[in-house]
Amino acid sequence: MSKNRENSILLEMKNISIEGYSDEVWHPIIKGVDLQIHRGEILGLIGESGAGKSTLGLAAMGFVRAGCRFTGGSVLFGDQDLTKMNEIEKRELWGTKFSYVAQSAAAAFNPAHRLINQTIEASISHGISKTETLEQEAITLYEEMQLPNPTEIGDRFPHQVSGGQLQRTMTAMAMSSKPDLIIFDEPTTALDVTTQVNVLATIRNIVKEHNTAAIYITHDLAVVAQMADRIQVLRYGNTIEESETNKMLKTPKEDYTKSLWAVRSIKKKENKNKEKILTINNIDASYGSGPKVLQNVSIEVPKGGTVAIVGESGSGKSTTARVVTGLLPPDKGEIIFQGQKLTPNLSDRSKEDLRKIQMVYQSPDTSMNPKHTVRDIIGRPLEFYHNMKGKEYTNRVIDLLKMIELDETFIDRLPSELSGGQKQRICIARALAAEPDLIICDEVTSALDQIVQEGILKLLLRLQKELSITYIFITHDIATVKAISDEVVVMHNGLVVEQGMKSEIFSPPHPDYTKLLLSSVPEMDPNWLTKILSSKK
Amino acid sequence: MHPILSTLIKRIGLGIVSLFFVSLIIFSSIQLLPGDFVEAQLGQARTEETVAAFRKELGLDKPYHIRYVNWVTAAVQGDLGSTFSGRNASYANQPQQSTARTVTSLLKPRLYNTFFLAAMTAIIAVPLSLLLGITAALYRNTFYDRAVNASALTTISMPEFFVAYILIIFLASIYQFFPSLSNVTSSTPFLERVYLSILPALTLTLVTVAHMMRMTRAAIINLLSSPYIEMAELKGLSRSKVIIKHALPNAWAPISNIIAFNLAYLIVGVVVVEVVFVYPGVGQLMVDSVIKRDIPVVQGCALVFALTYILLNLLADVISIITNPRLLYPK
Amino acid sequence: MSKVDNQYSAKDEVASVFIKRTFLQRTFITLKKAPFTAWLGMTIIVFYLFVALFAPLIAPYGEAEIFKTPYAPWDEVHIFGTDRLGRDILSRLIYGARNTMGIAILTTLLAFLIGGGLGLLSAILRGWVDQLLARFVDVLMAIPSLIFALMLLSIFGSTALNLIIIIAVLDSTRVFRLSRAVGMNVAVMEYVEAAKLRGEKIGWIMGREILPNILPPLVAEFGLRFCYVFLMIASLSFLGVGIQPPTADWGSMVRETGELIQYAQYDITAALTPILPAAAIGILTIGVNFVVDWFLYLTSGLKDEQK
Repeated sequence: MSKNRENSILLEMKNISIEGYSDEVWHPIIKGVDLQIHRGEILGLIGESGAGKSTLGLAAMGFVRAGCRFTGGSVLFGDQDLTKMNEIEKRELWGTKFSYVAQSAAAAFNPAHRLINQTIEASISHGISKTETLEQEAITLYEEMQLPNPTEIGDRFPHQVSGGQLQRTMTAMAMSSKPDLIIFDEPTTALDVTTQVNVLATIRNIVKEHNTAAIYITHDLAVVAQMADRIQVLRYGNTIEESETNKMLKTPKEDYTKSLWAVRSIKKKENKNKEKILTINNIDASYGSGPKVLQNVSIEVPKGGTVAIVGESGSGKSTTARVVTGLLPPDKGEIIFQGQKLTPNLSDRSKEDLRKIQMVYQSPDTSMNPKHTVRDIIGRPLEFYHNMKGKEYTNRVIDLLKMIELDETFIDRLPSELSGGQKQRICIARALAAEPDLIICDEVTSALDQIVQEGILKLLLRLQKELSITYIFITHDIATVKAISDEVVVMHNGLVVEQGMKSEIFSPPHPDYTKLLLSSVPEMDPNWLTKILSSKK
Repeated sequence: MHPILSTLIKRIGLGIVSLFFVSLIIFSSIQLLPGDFVEAQLGQARTEETVAAFRKELGLDKPYHIRYVNWVTAAVQGDLGSTFSGRNASYANQPQQSTARTVTSLLKPRLYNTFFLAAMTAIIAVPLSLLLGITAALYRNTFYDRAVNASALTTISMPEFFVAYILIIFLASIYQFFPSLSNVTSSTPFLERVYLSILPALTLTLVTVAHMMRMTRAAIINLLSSPYIEMAELKGLSRSKVIIKHALPNAWAPISNIIAFNLAYLIVGVVVVEVVFVYPGVGQLMVDSVIKRDIPVVQGCALVFALTYILLNLLADVISIITNPRLLYPK
Repeated sequence: MSKVDNQYSAKDEVASVFIKRTFLQRTFITLKKAPFTAWLGMTIIVFYLFVALFAPLIAPYGEAEIFKTPYAPWDEVHIFGTDRLGRDILSRLIYGARNTMGIAILTTLLAFLIGGGLGLLSAILRGWVDQLLARFVDVLMAIPSLIFALMLLSIFGSTALNLIIIIAVLDSTRVFRLSRAVGMNVAVMEYVEAAKLRGEKIGWIMGREILPNILPPLVAEFGLRFCYVFLMIASLSFLGVGIQPPTADWGSMVRETGELIQYAQYDITAALTPILPAAAIGILTIGVNFVVDWFLYLTSGLKDEQK
């Protein structure tokens, strides 16, 4: 960093407050946040859902979404205060001095126009340069963003290119007018991890090369560590902590900041067990008459252990779970559970078979009936499988609540009256109520904040120890795999790439795909991206 | 094959299939008549001979599918059979040779009248409601929006005859600007025809505008909440550019669907309005024939209405298909 | 500012709603916040229901009681005059509330029974049952319903029972589409999948898992369908093929007194006579629409996105 930083301030937000309108009241989203950004600097804004980071990022451009309003503070850009400017004055700055890169590229591109026209639209509209010049520059930008066929890709429509390419095109679009500041709003969150690496690398290069300042918004500390010079941590609309990236990673001051990498600190010792509870043999599966989504999948699950099935979207990991539960009868192959062959179709299975395998879903919001109370949700399996009634029923529900570290005060609540973590605990209790031997956990922590994830994972580990339940843990998150599993199955495009003990899978030599997958997961080390890129060359 | 072509063919095929089933239903209606219907229709002219002749003419002596094929073949050629009314008189004299009017000859001039009224309404109603709907969406939650919305909701809640009567009281009775009887004939000159049709057209306009405007507003608001509209705003484009370049190209599909839906609604609304203003259109003919239980005429009218309805919806879908960039420029 | 306990506790996690209220308390709070239009709508509905229920007590004369003077002017004896046959208009208006609303409610209920039941079944069973029902409904909907109703009435004749059955069947197509669509949205939810995995029977899934979650849109639709059915029956009666005399019914009353409209320039009260039943129809529909609008706003929070 240059020494005369104070002189190079590009944008300064002072004591910014923003309110949002919902349920007929205004409530605060941003509660007096200060933010500074210098020329050529990348500032990482990190926080979990509801922290207000997107709102703050947009506010840096003087923009608030419909249903929100500034209630105090100022956004100083040079000697202008953006909060005091009218729409027409702000429009002069948007698309020239400021650009925005949205999270979902697929939704942020207009489906009706070609990419090149959208890329240079802002520059043309502000009269920055001539169309031909801008088109040439756009092609250069496409090249820099490592898009295939940079001269032709602009003639395509948004639906004709992949998600990763679209995200890069959007970055090129943001660069087209050579802005002073770009807001990146979770630009890689929607991408698969192996796609993410390259997009991150190209974004970082282009921003650095053009010496553009950027605000990089994300919930992933490891990602922001690669991108940002300085990190600001937000929570519930307040700044928790702010410092340079290296300092923040080495010596985080606040407990909350530390909790952001909570999951990565859980380390389970792996156990080996020869006895198998479930064996999947040579399964092929497809939806309707579509292509095969599982090909010759064979997986073994040791009794009392945890098998993590890891893979990206489309790898077939969730389909495997559907086959085991009987929701999707396989085209061929068999499933052996506790030494007995399971009937492929759910409706042919006995109540006892159904009881023994339970499932916990990714999103507790959609896996609990919003009209049922906690008592109904946990109690139904008790009534259904174990014929419990009256006092015994209520007592058992309370027992189960205690088992998941909640108490009887929760018994009459509806799901809408619970926090995300509490909901997921109730789902776990519902599975436990059946007294199962195997629980399939489908991305159970992905929708939760880091600190809550840690709590859930610890709970699952404790329950396993106490009740010796077997888990199949389906996830895309390598940190979770490391935290909880005994054995790991890597899946890709409907195939099992490899299966083995955790220690074996995470140490070389790797099959090509495992190597790519493992190397693509961002690490806390700020030099990780640089290292990865140089090792690839 | 180009995906647009295959999608179009599929959609048109679907239209033909529904047309087939609709014609089947309409055809079957005559078969559902109670057994003594023929006798009852003939009234005084009822003799064994005339009953047999009438049954034969209705084709009740042939098997079902053959009757259907004959009926459809004739209908395609514009022959919808003969009316029932006036039958007792003619049958009494010449049982073998019916002199009853053909349905087509009855329908033709009225069809022209009805389409004239519908077209006149559409010319006023479509641009007006698009304008109101789009402006209400753009100035959402303003006083203007609320006022337009509330009056639309009120108009929708009113039966057509209520709107018609209010207009008659004010524009035809207290102030006699326009006639309350729209008795056009085939020889009425164009301008006079327009003048005579103003009140029915105005009634229909009010009712359709209310519906169409509400739907347009909802569709535009939905469109404006798309992330790509926010993106266009953040590019610093002017409001008019955002609307014209980014919202409009994606609005054709929803808007054409709304227009088709409401024109179809208009065709139905015509029935009541024609009766109120004694306007000699298909709707009035149908109501008269229902009361007289003159089934062939009812069938003919139903066929005309259903055909228009199906074609309008087909047209809207075709427009959505050919303006869809995902189909226009496949992967 | 940034105080986070080292000891993480699931119990202390903050959820959005804490206050437990009874159903009555919640209803009271919601009603207190209701906008003016909703209040107006509710008042109208309550008033109409009251009139319909106590018609014989309120009406000054009998439903079909005939007096000497036909077309009597508005005065103290006959507040709104008499009709062509010398029947008291006000009394017929009051009895009309009972007949017109009663038939419309019956029809709507029947339409929901048919359309709602089949729609839900379609959403859960999927497969050929769903395909068959959906295609059949598509065909029925390819004919405008007023035209279809006219055609069917011409065949079966205009009795009240025929009217109810025909319109209910035709209208059930729309209920079917809605309940199938919202039912499918809920049927793909993971909690329904969880119930299937548990081994629950279709009755439980329909009644306990799906129905409570689609009730709000169905209730709103009930209001809208009622308006539609009500207007359709009124239109048919107005056209002379709906509810038949001597039953007092608003649509037929407009038809019977329609010609008086011509005398607006001489006697405005005479011209208003056919307007009265027409307005009675319109006001109730507005009232229901206002309440439905508010209800949609309450239950979806996405009022603007509703078509």
